[in-house]
Amino acid sequence: MEIIISILAGTLFATGIYNLLQKQLLRIIIGTVLLSHGAHLFILTMGKLKTGAPPILIEGVNEYTDPLPQALILTSIVISFGITSLLLVLAYRTVNENNTDNMEQLRGNEHE
Amino acid sequence: MIYIVLIPLLLACFIPFISKFKDKIHTGIFVFIIPFTIFLYFIRFIGNEFSPIHQTYKWIPSLDINFNFYLDGLSLLFVLLISGIGALVVLYSIYYLDNSERLGHFYVYLIMFMAAMLGVVLSDNIFVLYTFWELTSISSFLLIGYWHFNERSRYGAMKSMLITIFGGLSMFGGFILLSVITGTTSIQAMIAQADIILDSKYLPLILGFILLGAFTKSAQFPFHIWLPDAMEAPTPVSAYLHSATMVKAGLFLVARFSPIFSGYEWFFIIVSIAGIVTLCWGSYMAVRQTDLKAILAFSTISQLGMIMAMLGFGTKIAIFAALFHILNHATFKGSLFMVAGIVDHETGTRDIRKLGGLLTFMPMTATLALFGTFSMAGVPLPFLNGFYSKELFFDSAIHLTEGVSGTASFLIQVIPYLAVLGSIFTFVYSLYFFFGVFRGKTQLNQLPKKPHEAPFGMLISPIVLVLGVILIGLFPNLVNGTFIAHAAESVYGSEVVKELKFWHGIDSTAFQMSLVVVGIGTILVSTRKKWNGVYKLLPGKLSFNKAYDWLISMLDVYSNRITRSYMTGSIRFYFAAILATTLVVTFTFMFVTNGFTIQFNELAEVTIVEIAVVLLMIAAAIGTIFTKHNVAAILTVGVVGYGVAILFVIYRAPDLALTQLVIETVSVALFLLCFYHLPKLEKNDETLSTKTINIFISVGFGTLLTLIAIASHSTNSFNKISDYFIETSHSLGGGDNVVNVILVDMRGLDTLFEIAVLGIAALAIYSMINLRNNKEEK
Repeated sequence: MEIIISILAGTLFATGIYNLLQKQLLRIIIGTVLLSHGAHLFILTMGKLKTGAPPILIEGVNEYTDPLPQALILTSIVISFGITSLLLVLAYRTVNENNTDNMEQLRGNEHE
Repeated sequence: MIYIVLIPLLLACFIPFISKFKDKIHTGIFVFIIPFTIFLYFIRFIGNEFSPIHQTYKWIPSLDINFNFYLDGLSLLFVLLISGIGALVVLYSIYYLDNSERLGHFYVYLIMFMAAMLGVVLSDNIFVLYTFWELTSISSFLLIGYWHFNERSRYGAMKSMLITIFGGLSMFGGFILLSVITGTTSIQAMIAQADIILDSKYLPLILGFILLGAFTKSAQFPFHIWLPDAMEAPTPVSAYLHSATMVKAGLFLVARFSPIFSGYEWFFIIVSIAGIVTLCWGSYMAVRQTDLKAILAFSTISQLGMIMAMLGFGTKIAIFAALFHILNHATFKGSLFMVAGIVDHETGTRDIRKLGGLLTFMPMTATLALFGTFSMAGVPLPFLNGFYSKELFFDSAIHLTEGVSGTASFLIQVIPYLAVLGSIFTFVYSLYFFFGVFRGKTQLNQLPKKPHEAPFGMLISPIVLVLGVILIGLFPNLVNGTFIAHAAESVYGSEVVKELKFWHGIDSTAFQMSLVVVGIGTILVSTRKKWNGVYKLLPGKLSFNKAYDWLISMLDVYSNRITRSYMTGSIRFYFAAILATTLVVTFTFMFVTNGFTIQFNELAEVTIVEIAVVLLMIAAAIGTIFTKHNVAAILTVGVVGYGVAILFVIYRAPDLALTQLVIETVSVALFLLCFYHLPKLEKNDETLSTKTINIFISVGFGTLLTLIAIASHSTNSFNKISDYFIETSHSLGGGDNVVNVILVDMRGLDTLFEIAVLGIAALAIYSMINLRNNKEEK
């Protein structure tokens, strides 16, 4: 199963990067969201899947799944949410100011 | 001796304050004291008995970089030149520079230069030597660009800076190699280990690097081009830096290191050829110039070439002659520059075509110029020092056979002829200079000012220098045994005693060569107009200046072009470049280190539910690429997010699943809010090649990460740290939910800053929505 999840994570990365390489801001944000999903699954598979009960201590259970990747992913989810919402507002403002969301047109001036 | 070098620098700090009173009393009068005191300090070392003095002051002992000062005959000669001519130049500048000029700047730069120059000649430590060497380049740059409002000054300053710093850096490379090979930073210690250096395989490199430094500084062919442009500096600067001191730093360097390299054949070949070619080319080009200072600049180049050639010869007599000529050249060339400055100052022009017949107006100046030019020409008269060194030069050119073989033997045949050729042109431009300015028809209407004799104060310095010319001419042995011999001894390695006399007899070859020079020279001077056309043929349109300008402009053009070729401003391009590089590097690394090992043990079993979720997610992820509608795109991304949440449920991560569900919902809501304002998704109108590159990069990256995930999963070689967390969660953290205990107890710091990230994001969003630079914007 780890291999299948790895392939899924790889697919998410591939589609995410393909979207990042597009011109429209909207597509780029979609790309970052897909990338972060891919990264979370990536971390999850690293800690072996389904090796025991959920990491909530109950009498009599000896085998638990790895809690550390879960803690890391939880932190990461929150951070990527912060970034995504910032990006969204940034895109909204950019379009408001420049009347375009095409990255090829948002190049800055000659002297930058 | 450290005080001799550092006190001028310290005193230079006070010059700007003194220069506030420049309207009442000229700043130069105070400055004059500094070089004069130094001169008096060192003059007492002159004498028949002299032994080198060594002094050390700590600077960076851990790197073996210390102020090692070493005063031997060679340093003494240079120190006396620097301080003596420095004093005279300051004296001259008092009358030359009006007090409406920025005197504070001028004297600070000048004293800085003088201290740096003293440091160069006194340092025994190569790194300290290099430090002072670059300081001379910088202060010379400042002095050449003194009249910075003048475009030519800025050009000249820039050119000299680029060329001398280029040489300085290469010299630094040579020094580093030397110190690595010998394990010492002291020049004297290196001379003691000359055998090790001569046996080293880096010897050609060391010699090349150091000579490049010396040749650029001493304006040797073809690096001579900066010197004529440096003539835009005020005349005292030209007299001091570009005739007597800085340009001789290169000669000093060659002389200082010649005890190491003199046993190496290529040292003789390179230095002699460079010197002789510079001598001929400089003197040939000098005749063509129309500007007085340009004539003197090319003449300096040729004289430096002559000294360099003699240092290259390396025979006893040649070394002696070289050092003798360093002294002689400093005296007559210094005085000639001052004469040129006086002529410029009193007539308003330096163009030799407008000048003429000034003898009646300026008899004193003309007399000084007569001695200077005739000494430079090497006219055989007993009261001119230039003749002695010229004859010694011929003498050394003939007697070159000492220990030379192979490739160099051809050179020996040619050198005497080239020496005579160069000297003939020296004779021509010297006389051209004198007769062009002081004899011939007076063209008063051409001159901006009515010429008259210079104030006496301005004449003092050239008079002192010309007295030096005459004194050395009349009593050559006065300076011979007392300090030229000591200087020659420290360059040659063993005792050098040379009895100088004026008359060698009519059958002496050197004297016959002198007669040939005078004879042909006189004919050439009188028929100058007839053969002037030859310059259209030889340099013609060729010029090293053009090559330099071309090189500089091409550097500009091409570096600009290269930068523009990849700094396109397209973020897509940068991103693609970053990813492609990462892809190539990681793939190569993984292949080289055999990183892709795949094992299929200890895998969790595959269930249909999971497969279904995974397939759905893959379909949704690929779907995001093809959706053409905003809301559809958001929902497709949402499918992926909820799929991840379901996976979290399946893989027993309840907290993750909860968070993911909530956040995915909020995200989708946010997306919908913002996308409402964003333009519609456009049709993908990229070219096929861009699409191919994008697909290649993204698929490559996906594959790479999949492979890494599988490979790292297969090489699980460490025990998990999580067992500790599970064991101690209750006892240490007081909680049963291990993930939450990790988040707030075990790794609480992560959580703190994650909160900070959210806070900052919120603030940023708030400010982006509410704050405007322009109040009226919405």
